[in-house]
Amino acid sequence: MPAPTLPLDSISPTSQESAANAIEFEDVHLQFEEKQVLRGISFRLAFGETKALFGVAGSGKSTILKLSLGLLKPDSGRILVLGNDVTQTREEDLFVLRAKIGMVFQESALFDSLTVRENVAYRLIEEHGFQDADIEHRVREALRFVELEQAIDKFPSELSGGMRRRVAIARAIITQPEVLLYDSPTGGLDPVTSNTIVGLITKQRDVYKTSSLLVTHRLQDAFTMATHEFDKQTNQMRALPRGQYCDVPMSFLVLRDGKVIFDGDVRQLAHTKDEYIKEYIS
Amino acid sequence: MELTSPTEFAKQKVLAVQDYTLMTAQSVANLFRKPLYFADMVQQADLIGVGSLPIVVLAGFFTGAVLAVQSANTLQRFGSITLIGQLVSLSMVRELGPVLTGLMVAGRNASGMASELGSMVVTEQIDAMRALGTDPMKKLVAPRVISTVFMLFFLTILSDFVGLAGGLFVSKVLLNLDARQYWSNAWQALVFQDVFMGLVKPLLFGFIIATVGCYYGMTARGGTQGVGRATTQAVVAASVLIVVLDLFVTQFLMNVLSYK
Repeated sequence: MPAPTLPLDSISPTSQESAANAIEFEDVHLQFEEKQVLRGISFRLAFGETKALFGVAGSGKSTILKLSLGLLKPDSGRILVLGNDVTQTREEDLFVLRAKIGMVFQESALFDSLTVRENVAYRLIEEHGFQDADIEHRVREALRFVELEQAIDKFPSELSGGMRRRVAIARAIITQPEVLLYDSPTGGLDPVTSNTIVGLITKQRDVYKTSSLLVTHRLQDAFTMATHEFDKQTNQMRALPRGQYCDVPMSFLVLRDGKVIFDGDVRQLAHTKDEYIKEYIS
Repeated sequence: MELTSPTEFAKQKVLAVQDYTLMTAQSVANLFRKPLYFADMVQQADLIGVGSLPIVVLAGFFTGAVLAVQSANTLQRFGSITLIGQLVSLSMVRELGPVLTGLMVAGRNASGMASELGSMVVTEQIDAMRALGTDPMKKLVAPRVISTVFMLFFLTILSDFVGLAGGLFVSKVLLNLDARQYWSNAWQALVFQDVFMGLVKPLLFGFIIATVGCYYGMTARGGTQGVGRATTQAVVAASVLIVVLDLFVTQFLMNVLSYK
């Protein structure tokens, strides 16, 4: 499963020195009108770790990602992202924090009036201080990473669903953020494209050591990531021997009715006694 | 269809007014905060100003013309047909120019803003923008507000002028009046208060059009149907607010400017 290289200038993570975890949820509650979406969610995402979030539709997985970015505010509880309490931070100050976080939205959320080039370069253009040649160079690198360099001048409406998702990944990683949030990055895609995207996420985890929250409905994607590591030399994913599954920084979180019912690694998940989880993963 | 209780309905309306007020205050505050998206302002000025030019010119011309036709009949009865220039110029500059231009631009641009921003909301593009570190209030709302206020001011001046030209056309071609006399009357009838009133109104109307359009767009919910609803509501609300505000502004300025 080869994945292309991304020789981006890495922005060295600085938050690891000041914060204990990349993301920390403490007893978070959220209600939308009459519906209680989250009921006391608590978990931690360590630096360099990727945590896959499972749960049926409407269980609050995407909401957790939006809360992490400060796009939504919880009714109660605390959310620490790179050491910053996003529940207490003003929107203006959150923009600074969000520069260190990348997000891949469920439906890609590409700007439909901009070309692929402009979409991927968006953050660099907005930050100013980058030369046009530098922007072009980094955009092409990011697009090469997702194997879409040829689509640079196209508009999102001219791309397939899988291509749009890959452009969204390129847009999220172009500044090499410290935290990546993936909202169903393989949802609705064919197996080949899904495997490519899983390879890209695994590479982000193993090569760039990016902390990630991954919302997915495809269990096989998360299990592939838990049982494989990215080999830098061959530039592809490599299956791990059975005894080394816990060596990869990968964990799972299962939600049910707005609560966390499981938070652990692949081996703990495989040996769970919880009937609901057994049925869910079977 | 689910019925809403009167209390709930009142709460929703109060909340909407609160949200609109907050957004309006924020859009004003953003005029003094960096970054200012100058390129976006120019683009919006082109879309709003240049794009609205044909309808504003047409509406202005024919309004001036019909005003001349209608008033000619009455003025003739009193033997004052020569005052037609005065009547057209005062009506156009003080009232019809600003209001009709405002309504035209509201119909065209408040709907455009609501549908564009509404589509961005329902496809998560606004969230993506925030996630990428850009404040949509600065990037999307502020340029639209500035451009609309700026362009409506000049569109109104243009509308006033072509309205006078419409009146001239009717006076010369249909009523066989002297063109020089028409212009002389139209020009001399205007005093500072008239021009001031006619130029203050488009600034307020432009602000109403842009903020209402953006408010309905940014609060659109419920997919494409919600975007359609937001578009309609934006046009209706902006048009009604222009007409209502016009009365209060006119009365206020008449008091302030000591009209006799």
